[in-house]
Amino acid sequence: MSITVTELDALESESIFVFREVAAEFERPVILFSGGKDSIVMLHLARKAFSPAAVPFTLLHVDTGHNFPEVLAYRDAVVEQLGLRLEVAKVEDYIADGRLRERTDGTRNQLQTVPLLDAINAHRFDAVFGGGRRDEERARAKERIFSLRDEFGQWDPRNQRPELWSLYNGRHRPGEHVRVFPLSNWTELDVWNYIEREQIPLPSIYYAHERDVFERDGMLLAVGPYSQPRSGETVAQRVVRYRTVGDMSCTGAVASTATSPAEVVIEVAASEITERGATRADDRASEAAMEDRKREGYF
Amino acid sequence: MSTLLRLATAGSVDDGKSTLVGRLLHDCKAILADQIAHVKTVSEARGGDFDFALLTDGLRAEREQGITIDVAYRYFATDKRSFILADCPGHVQYTRNTVTGASTADVVIILVDARHGVLEQTRRHLAVAGLLRVPHVVLAVNKIDLVGYDEAVFTKIAKDVGEVADQLGIADLKAIPVSALVGDNVVEHSADTAWYDGPTLLEVLENANGRTDTSNQPLRFPVQYVIRPQTDEYRDYRGYTGTVASGTVTVGDPVIVLPAGRRTSIAGIDRPVVTATSTAVVERPSAIAGEAVTVRLADDIDVARGSVIVAAEHSPGTRRELAATVSWLADRPLTVGARVLIKHTTTTAQAIVTKITGALDLDTLGVIDAAELALNDIGKVQLKIAAPLAADPYSSNAITGSFLLIDAHDGWTLAAGMIDDEEGELL
Repeated sequence: MSITVTELDALESESIFVFREVAAEFERPVILFSGGKDSIVMLHLARKAFSPAAVPFTLLHVDTGHNFPEVLAYRDAVVEQLGLRLEVAKVEDYIADGRLRERTDGTRNQLQTVPLLDAINAHRFDAVFGGGRRDEERARAKERIFSLRDEFGQWDPRNQRPELWSLYNGRHRPGEHVRVFPLSNWTELDVWNYIEREQIPLPSIYYAHERDVFERDGMLLAVGPYSQPRSGETVAQRVVRYRTVGDMSCTGAVASTATSPAEVVIEVAASEITERGATRADDRASEAAMEDRKREGYF
Repeated sequence: MSTLLRLATAGSVDDGKSTLVGRLLHDCKAILADQIAHVKTVSEARGGDFDFALLTDGLRAEREQGITIDVAYRYFATDKRSFILADCPGHVQYTRNTVTGASTADVVIILVDARHGVLEQTRRHLAVAGLLRVPHVVLAVNKIDLVGYDEAVFTKIAKDVGEVADQLGIADLKAIPVSALVGDNVVEHSADTAWYDGPTLLEVLENANGRTDTSNQPLRFPVQYVIRPQTDEYRDYRGYTGTVASGTVTVGDPVIVLPAGRRTSIAGIDRPVVTATSTAVVERPSAIAGEAVTVRLADDIDVARGSVIVAAEHSPGTRRELAATVSWLADRPLTVGARVLIKHTTTTAQAIVTKITGALDLDTLGVIDAAELALNDIGKVQLKIAAPLAADPYSSNAITGSFLLIDAHDGWTLAAGMIDDEEGELL
């Protein structure tokens, strides 16, 4: 199974159209940028949309404090090279002063919502680009490309605006904002085919490397400052790569020997497990874990 | 060449849409092991058999009520092509979400329960498909197993729907007897419908033509955003970005910029070249419908968002009055004199509804007098608009022929509009 250039071109044009609509109709857009592959592809598309001018958006990273060092280094290099402005909202700051409390399981993905909403309010961002894709997850499959959030940042999935043709309605009242998902119609395979075609550099952890890991809940977790084996869990050095990049304490690696985008494409096409199913402990919490987080204002 | 096909499903509550979609995905091997495990766990916890609908009904409320509330988008591929599937709700209350799903579809699959035949929702969904000019409609007569695989039942429903489709001007309708639950004629031919020698649902989808290629039609290029880098390298660069709505744009083409009506020509078309450290453009000779590009013009004239660059010899002109068919999507009714916003290509302007000409009667499929339009009504209206629009009839151009009506106060999308063939007043 291969995706032709034509399909990628169609997806690329659709995403570029979305970026330009937002630039034209909003005052203060921001791109959520984590240094993960979807946000990297999003930034690449935004650069194409406004070339040869600079991207007219700020970047925002909601930092769990549980980062892969390679990803932070990548983030900072990109910001430096392209002369972009980066805002960082730190979960760590909220825990330090008591506004948020560490969860008993030690993971922080869920804790990102409050710092995100505070940053949106503080900077008066009115359009917030997220790299979410509809193929990722059941609740995301229901999301509009332009998705209104009320002044509490809440998503009301039962009362979404109709979204007709490519006429995106970004109107919102003061205090409300719109989440925009330019990659809505991309699949994981499309993203990798595009990374290969466009030769987009990624943090090295997306490709096969040796790492000390232990198995928990069917996932391979790295031994590191935020995740240590419990008694009974054994550490082994394996050749792995990351299929998604999130909070290091709940993002699993997969066994892989893929060292290039082309090899990852082959691996993803043959995979029998979805990317979030393979690598995200936080989505396994309940039947509707993502919907519940999204309703509260999560990405 | 492999292509992308966009499809949408529609049907009444309990016609088995989500089951059909689940079956289609499952039989195309588009459901992965962890998703199957998840559905198994949830199905078993409820003490039932494997429930295909749980593959797409993702919201808490949908699972609790066993209905689909909003469109779920699914992605799958066969060896022949890739698909984007919009699984739309059946409940009349959520018809606006079906309109959302159908607006970008190349194929709409309309389900009818073989035991119940054509219902009002069936007629409404056919009307929506006809109105939006979806190129292909597939009638899936579902639960054929529950009527003992009776050919006469299938033939009767296919004939009833065919008559409605004819009245609505739906050109391409294919009827298939299916059982989503059992899998008859979804991906595999059924041994129980020996009397049916037509294609399976998947065969129809794999072979359907996509949306009509509009690159041979006159150029329409709505300007989205103006690029002025003001860097040393691109000091005087002024590029007009947009997606070619129809036709082909070629360097040297004579064009008119609407609404001003100024004549000029295409000086250049730029393609972005982006590397890890550099952002630049290179010239290309032409671009076709659907491509997002940047064009430069030969003359320094006033061009901004909302301008439409059109072929000089095929200008649609501009109009401040429109006759259109609207699908009313809001809970509050539309009345004559209503002040709304109209969003048409990249222009948003104030508008007044000057007349409600009539509403579609779903029983007779005729237009009847109407004082107002209520939720889910399809009606004919006339609009007066505060700014001139470069508009075409929807029948000749789905992009420059469509619009939204928006509530200026709360921003809600009130209606989907399609400009009628009759000439409005040209200004």
